[in-house]
Amino acid sequence: MTTMTDPPQESFRPSMLLNDTRYRSYTFQFIALIVLIGAIAYLMSNLFANLEDQGLNISYDFLGEPAGYGIAQNLVEYDSQDSHMRAALIGILNTLLVAFLACVTATILGVIAGVLRLSNNWLVAKLMSAYVEAFRNVPVLIWILVINTIVISMPGPRAYRGDTPEVEMFMGIIAYTNRGIYIPAPTWGPGSLLVVLTFFASIAAIIWYRRYAVKQLYDHGRDLPTFLPSLAIFFIPTILMYFIMGRPIGVDVPALQGFNFQGGTQIGRPLIALWLALSIYTGAFIAENVRAGIQAVSQGQTEAAASLGLRPNRVMNLVVLPQALRVIIPPLISQFLNITKNSSLAIAVGYEDITATLGGITLNQTGRAIECILLLMLFYLTISLLISAVMNVYNNSVSLKER
Amino acid sequence: MSDTHAHSVAFVRTEQLPQLAPPSTAAGPVSWMRKNLFSNIPYSILTLVALYCIYLMLSGFVPWALNGVWNTSNIRECREVLNGVSGGCFSVLTERWNQLIFGTGYDREEYWRPTLTFILLFVAAAPILFMNLPRKMLIFTGLYPFLAFWLIWGGTILNPLLALVGIVVGYLVYSRLVNQSFAMGFFGGVAAAVVTWWIGGYIVGAIAPEETLLQAVPSRDMGGFMLNMILGTICVSLSLPIGIALALGRQSDMPIIKWICVVFIEFIRGVPLITLLFVANVILAFFFPPGSNLDLILRVIIMITMFSAAYIAEVIRGGLAALPRGQYEAADSLGLDYAQSMRLIILPQALKISIPGIVNVAVGLFKDTTLVSVISMFDLVGMIRGPILASTDWNGVYWELWAFAITLFFVVCYGISQYSQWLERQLATDHR
Repeated sequence: MTTMTDPPQESFRPSMLLNDTRYRSYTFQFIALIVLIGAIAYLMSNLFANLEDQGLNISYDFLGEPAGYGIAQNLVEYDSQDSHMRAALIGILNTLLVAFLACVTATILGVIAGVLRLSNNWLVAKLMSAYVEAFRNVPVLIWILVINTIVISMPGPRAYRGDTPEVEMFMGIIAYTNRGIYIPAPTWGPGSLLVVLTFFASIAAIIWYRRYAVKQLYDHGRDLPTFLPSLAIFFIPTILMYFIMGRPIGVDVPALQGFNFQGGTQIGRPLIALWLALSIYTGAFIAENVRAGIQAVSQGQTEAAASLGLRPNRVMNLVVLPQALRVIIPPLISQFLNITKNSSLAIAVGYEDITATLGGITLNQTGRAIECILLLMLFYLTISLLISAVMNVYNNSVSLKER
Repeated sequence: MSDTHAHSVAFVRTEQLPQLAPPSTAAGPVSWMRKNLFSNIPYSILTLVALYCIYLMLSGFVPWALNGVWNTSNIRECREVLNGVSGGCFSVLTERWNQLIFGTGYDREEYWRPTLTFILLFVAAAPILFMNLPRKMLIFTGLYPFLAFWLIWGGTILNPLLALVGIVVGYLVYSRLVNQSFAMGFFGGVAAAVVTWWIGGYIVGAIAPEETLLQAVPSRDMGGFMLNMILGTICVSLSLPIGIALALGRQSDMPIIKWICVVFIEFIRGVPLITLLFVANVILAFFFPPGSNLDLILRVIIMITMFSAAYIAEVIRGGLAALPRGQYEAADSLGLDYAQSMRLIILPQALKISIPGIVNVAVGLFKDTTLVSVISMFDLVGMIRGPILASTDWNGVYWELWAFAITLFFVVCYGISQYSQWLERQLATDHR
């Protein structure tokens, strides 16, 4: 009688490290680790040898020293005696500012262009295709420089002077010059906080009212009007509060004084060039994403909705867009990431973003190349990881729950 | 019946009338316009707005382009010729053509070198781009990198020859050893090539002649559109194999290798190219042995290649993930090992799926080569911003130069993307 026995236990032989699949992956990983550590050690030893040769060291003390340079575009208080750290902070804020502005305008532009590209109007569709192809196939750096050139060729403040000026201010309140655009700025008197709060409260009220109307429609079949009440809630409380508080919010209109405009808010030339170029360039990419997203919703969905008797705009709002958004939003977010990274091209037009302050002037003044570029990369890396984390959360929340 | 009927009425037509053209409201240009341009009031308004926009653009552009001046030697002469009429000073393009395209590295009679390299690039790329060309042409493709290096950089021909010999030796060793295992063949081949280069380096150093057939051109003098082309071609071709390796590494079951690849890819993709170019410009030299002196162009090529390899790796990973699980299992059940199954089954299909993505990365990378102008290399953009606009002869000729740059990049990038769409249609073997 024979019994099943385990195969005889092989003793371990060194050749099994390469030939036996059980051990081979450990061998490879071990080799990879050794090579990696060796490479890093080699690069580091070179680095320290080179640093010693040039009498340098790695230190971040320079961040506390006075920067000694001015920054034209600053969102918070800054003067040239502030530290390099503060200058870098201004740079970060400027990067975030231009990235945010460009994200908003690029999305608007991209959605409009993407929808119009699918329009039945032949001329408009072709025009939008031309826009998309023209901007997608030319480097963004060239567009930034071209738009910078356009802004430079605008009239100087001098052209607004005299009794018969060469150019008039746009509607008497907006001045466009080669130094940037001057727009009216609000002035905040006492009590204006209450007006602003009322405004936000009324927006919240509109949202609540619309939800209430939908709930009424679904639960009791009552169709409440939404448009006029929303309009009323939007305007009336804020305007009432504005007059009750004695008109605390005023407008500061830019005016020509001497050789330049005073008052109002100045949007500097570099910011305009960068903002417009990034918006138009990325808008072309977003238009493609929007078009692809809308086309990804199968024709049958549109036809089914139409056969239910929905009107074309309802078909768009209730059936096509919710499904298209699922396709559009992930590439849209990575376009936002691209805008943030491309905003580092600010250095080409002299906008003081983080690359220009920390990676440009601070680096050149202190000679701390390694530290500055390391910090710079760390900043961009943080932003990218944050954005991709947001994207992952979104993807998980909208992904189809398949069983 | 019809006869009797014919008697009962005064007149009956006996033959059929010729067909009339459809009414103009149903066919022809008028109907087309009504359907596509003026189907309702909002569309009509949109059409009129679009027409006005086109008119505005053309009214500015056409006179400027048609009245252009092509043969003056500086902007003042050009303005005299124009005499207040709207028109472009395109003479900056004719006068500075060589500088815009080739940089300042070559003598006047040597421009045939980059030109020939550029033309041969198409010959070398043709068998890769079009599958129905004779496969023998691939031999020239293999030789092209060495030929191109020699033509562009000049100097002794022994260096590119040595590189070629090293690769041939490596390949021979690889083909001998690959029957035992892929890993052995691969590492044996690499080792043989390195040994050949190392030994050959001494020999070439000893026998290199003083006088060379082609004059050596230092890298720092290269510029213009040629620099964009050089960086684009070299970096895309180098980053393809690295990208494939990274993608496979990221898909691997081995955690250490996987994490090395993930960290590399995510790090590179998380920072803008400009910071990597800063690294190439000021930091990278610190990481090489003291005393070694790498060209800026070489350092830039290293960083841009790393950059595009990370992006290509992500595209290929998408292709790998899109393959059905059954393909991997089928390869395993045939008894193929990892290298064989990847080479014969997985990668051909995965690469086919990723072609559009790879082309997108290539186009993006080619556009991004203009960023080197920020670290003061004189590529096309750097050349325009630096030497040409700063010169007293052409200070103020913005639009002509930018229009030229836009046209060049548009032609190349649009051409590549059209090719990729054509290829996608060629490769579409699925049923529809």
